[in-house]
Amino acid sequence: METVRVTIDGQEVEVPSGSTILEAARIAGVDIPTLCYHPDLDVKAMCRVCVVEVVGARTLQAACTQPVSEGMIVKTSSPLAREARRMNVELILSNHPQDCLNCIRNQKCELQTLAEKLGIREQRFERRSRTKNNLDISSPSLVRDMEKCILCRRCVAVCQQVQGVSALGPINRGIDTIVAPVGGCELNSVACTLCGQCVHVCPVGAIYEKDDTQKVWSALADPTKHVVVQTAPAIRVAIGEEMGLEPGALVTGKLVAVLRRLGFDKVFDTDFSADLTIMEEGHELIHRLQNGGTLPMITSCSPGWIKFIEHFYPELLDHLSTCKSPQQMFGALAKTYYAQKAGIDPKDIFVVSIMPCTAKKFECGREEMTDSGYPDVDVVLTTRELGRMLREAGINFATLPEEEFDAPLGISTGAGVIFGATGGVMEAALRTVYEVVTGKELPSVDFTEVRGLEGIKEATIDLDGQKVKVAVAHGLANAKKILELIKEGKADYQFIEVMSCPGGCIGGGGQPIPTNKEVIKKRLAAIYDADKGMKLRKSHENPAVKALYEEFLGKPLGEKSHHLLHTHYVKRGKYKI
Amino acid sequence: MAFYRAHVLVCGGTPCELGGCRAVKDTLLEEVNRLGLSSEIRVLETGCLGPCDQGPVIIVYPEGIMYARLQPGDVKEIVEQHLLKGRVVNRLVYHEKKEEAKSVVTFESSDYFGLQERIVLRNCGRINPESIEEYIAHDGYRALGKCLTEMEPAAVVQVVKDSGLRGRGGAGFPTGLKWSFTAKTDSNQKYIVCNADEGEPGTFKDRLILEGDPHSIIEGMAIAGYAVGANKGYIYIRGEYKLSIERLQHAIRQARELGLLGTNIFGSDFAFDIEVRSGAGAYVCGEETALIESIEGSRGEPRYKPPFPGVSGIWGKPTVVNNVETLANIAPIILNGAAWFRGFGTEKCPGTKVFTMTGDINNEGLIEVPMGITLRQIVYGVGGGIPGGLGFKMAQTGGTSGGCLPKEFLDLPMDYDTLAEAGSALGSGALLIMDDSHCIVDIVRCFMKFFKHESCGKCTPCREGTTRLYELVTKITEGKATNEDIALLTELSRVMQTSALCGLGQAAPNPLVTCLKYFEEEFGAHLNGYCPTGVCTMPVANVKVG
Repeated sequence: METVRVTIDGQEVEVPSGSTILEAARIAGVDIPTLCYHPDLDVKAMCRVCVVEVVGARTLQAACTQPVSEGMIVKTSSPLAREARRMNVELILSNHPQDCLNCIRNQKCELQTLAEKLGIREQRFERRSRTKNNLDISSPSLVRDMEKCILCRRCVAVCQQVQGVSALGPINRGIDTIVAPVGGCELNSVACTLCGQCVHVCPVGAIYEKDDTQKVWSALADPTKHVVVQTAPAIRVAIGEEMGLEPGALVTGKLVAVLRRLGFDKVFDTDFSADLTIMEEGHELIHRLQNGGTLPMITSCSPGWIKFIEHFYPELLDHLSTCKSPQQMFGALAKTYYAQKAGIDPKDIFVVSIMPCTAKKFECGREEMTDSGYPDVDVVLTTRELGRMLREAGINFATLPEEEFDAPLGISTGAGVIFGATGGVMEAALRTVYEVVTGKELPSVDFTEVRGLEGIKEATIDLDGQKVKVAVAHGLANAKKILELIKEGKADYQFIEVMSCPGGCIGGGGQPIPTNKEVIKKRLAAIYDADKGMKLRKSHENPAVKALYEEFLGKPLGEKSHHLLHTHYVKRGKYKI
Repeated sequence: MAFYRAHVLVCGGTPCELGGCRAVKDTLLEEVNRLGLSSEIRVLETGCLGPCDQGPVIIVYPEGIMYARLQPGDVKEIVEQHLLKGRVVNRLVYHEKKEEAKSVVTFESSDYFGLQERIVLRNCGRINPESIEEYIAHDGYRALGKCLTEMEPAAVVQVVKDSGLRGRGGAGFPTGLKWSFTAKTDSNQKYIVCNADEGEPGTFKDRLILEGDPHSIIEGMAIAGYAVGANKGYIYIRGEYKLSIERLQHAIRQARELGLLGTNIFGSDFAFDIEVRSGAGAYVCGEETALIESIEGSRGEPRYKPPFPGVSGIWGKPTVVNNVETLANIAPIILNGAAWFRGFGTEKCPGTKVFTMTGDINNEGLIEVPMGITLRQIVYGVGGGIPGGLGFKMAQTGGTSGGCLPKEFLDLPMDYDTLAEAGSALGSGALLIMDDSHCIVDIVRCFMKFFKHESCGKCTPCREGTTRLYELVTKITEGKATNEDIALLTELSRVMQTSALCGLGQAAPNPLVTCLKYFEEEFGAHLNGYCPTGVCTMPVANVKVG
């Protein structure tokens, strides 16, 4: 590796050539303060907080972007650099609400932390307000409060670069600049997938999930309601972070226990309906392979992804599996199969989903999602909202015992839990499809080619002579690449898994803050640990799923399945919401 | 070829057009026809003649008599008296607005014209800008032909380097050096961009060059393309410059027809073509990277540099961005050589500079003078002094982002370096003259309002800072400011100058900083609740009696 020698604050260090000043300074043990900079994004030098003095340069340089060169002498805390850094933070603060106590990001705010770090104790500019009455609550998933926006444009970058959506951009000029959905419209009026990745990158409280916790508190307090909860696979590896544990803590049993303490009548597991999804989707794939159906077939678990393809590639909707997502399959069964089995009138059943996802809030409100005769799912809470409820309830999470999910909708396999990670649906499907088609037992259940954080992964499996080529994409910009291949007729895959969010659901827009590559890696490891720890690891071996088919559904892709577990899609286009 | 005993040149620049020069020209043609003179007298429309506040203007040759502020009703008299009988119509003749104005002057003998040195404006006001033949008759496209048939690209770069030509857009970066960076890059596609997004208030030189001599830009761009290995050019021009756009497109069509654009130009392997792109009026799009963003169809905002456009510009390809005036210098440099060019101006800043004079000055308009000329020569020589017997208060050079210089600087030779030292800039060549009836704080407030409006909003110091500068300066004009406010203004100015992302934010505080330095007393008076010129309305309680 080529290196260069630079001097940072008097200390000479050797750093890889091409490093930025920021990276070089970290090697030298100096942590230059930043604000708009984000390790996972290409956001460049806008906030001017990381400016440093470079000897010989006419102006201060942005450390996050300026590459080092041989012999460069950098002064990170020279009087000019300190003055500029402090004043730029002061300028941002003077145009930012000061009601930190009421802010959803209180104590998790990068601006607050930065101001503390720099010791800003006075504000010499008159207070301004960037916008007034500009709270955008139009979407079912996200709230945008542009008065709090500090115009770092990370949300713009993630939406464009990572998700390939470009729903957001700057409008107006100068002091009137704000970040807004295309054309200054409300979020619900533009082609936004509601994936919520913008929430993760927002350094302040300008974008956040729509809070539905009160609806859940009310239902729990209502004696006429039978309140059941399902928790998505990705919650068990993330909720610990909301409760002060390290990222990647696997807390399945405590999660069950705490939900019981909150007062849910039954604590179920979306892993159950994930197994069920594999049964339906696996058979759908086999059916398409054997009967000349539309291929490649693409998974349909991720509601942000569904909205994406409906907006941007409506002509490719036939490629989507018709299976509902596990959360919606669960809801439809909770108010039919479970209601019947438990002898409860479905109108009294209140289904709460704990999801790592903001788009799920949209999904449960889709008009197709009422096949039980009621809204299949009543309320979706994100991991963050559950964390908020748990903190308010004051339950000591760390000392809780480990408890088991309730039967029957809480019984699952390792195949269900890996739905939480990118490649997980694919792996779970392959475990089942292989054994169903070949009638043989898999030598190893681990399909490692489809694991990991590579943006697009490929694998080929041999189903007794029939080669099936599969692909996995996470992050919608990657999905877009695959869809373009399909459009051009160049995609030689039979089956594709797409997840909206980087890393899959563990990196979902509803997960704890911070969610970034580092944190995602830890949650990913925990998901595979959870899989390994399960007695059963193939969906078709799930006894509760078997019973469900025997007692209620009949067979995969049967008439009842078709009615309750499958759906259709809407050709939205870019301008129809 | 027909021989005419007289030529009447009608200035067709935008200021004259606004004054009604088309009607004047039509009436001239009618009258000449009516008297049966159309085979003897030729009426022609040209580019800008310079004295824009005097429009519509015409010049009658061979005498070189200039008539100013003409209306169609005046035309009959000029045709009957001057053109038919040879009697100059004194009452309509252009008068230099000096205290001891000579009553009749020929254009060339006026102080206004006499002090000028026209390289860039060589054809402006002399040829019909819509005729490629007239351009060619004045040595047009000879330089391009010389390059393509006699010179290697590297030799072309070298001549421009040797000439010492510096970018006329404002920053004064050596043009040859800029070309050499792009020439060195290895890329299958390179671009030449002509920056005609002239947004600096009070600057209109590029417009008048484009209106008056569009082929000089096309030729300059083609030479630049040959020198650096680019075969595609963009002219990025303000959408408001309607006439310039029309003339350019007309000129591009003509050049294509004659094979001076397109493939195998002058029988060589060199291919070059030009596309005109118009901007939507944002000041920041004059900044080269914001301009590139705009050409690509994005919001006009500056990019982080490095990489510089010379290496990675339009769609990531090496791109030379040159100002209109810079490009207009290229052909004469190629034809006459670097040494000839160095014969004008100063050692570090050879050549001429086109200025646009506005404000409290007798001769407003467009001039071209050698680099290094003093402010005094411009104001009191070419400019004809300050009207109404008032004193000189200050000159702002370089446009709104330039500094303001008080009378102590009247004898400063004007070039890039001397003005930068004085805290100002040569910039775009705008020259705003103010007499002593104006309040400096109030003027600065107006400047700050401009930047508040034009900041693109991308980086913190400019987005927030331009508004804060305006607010604080306004506070001074209202008599509500304190010494702390001045300290805050000073600190904020420094932070913007050192940490803003692009030149806009870095230069926005310039007028304020220079005025705080050179007009300290006047600012001090405002802090004490007193506006020496009486322009600012101060709180009644603070008004000093006596």
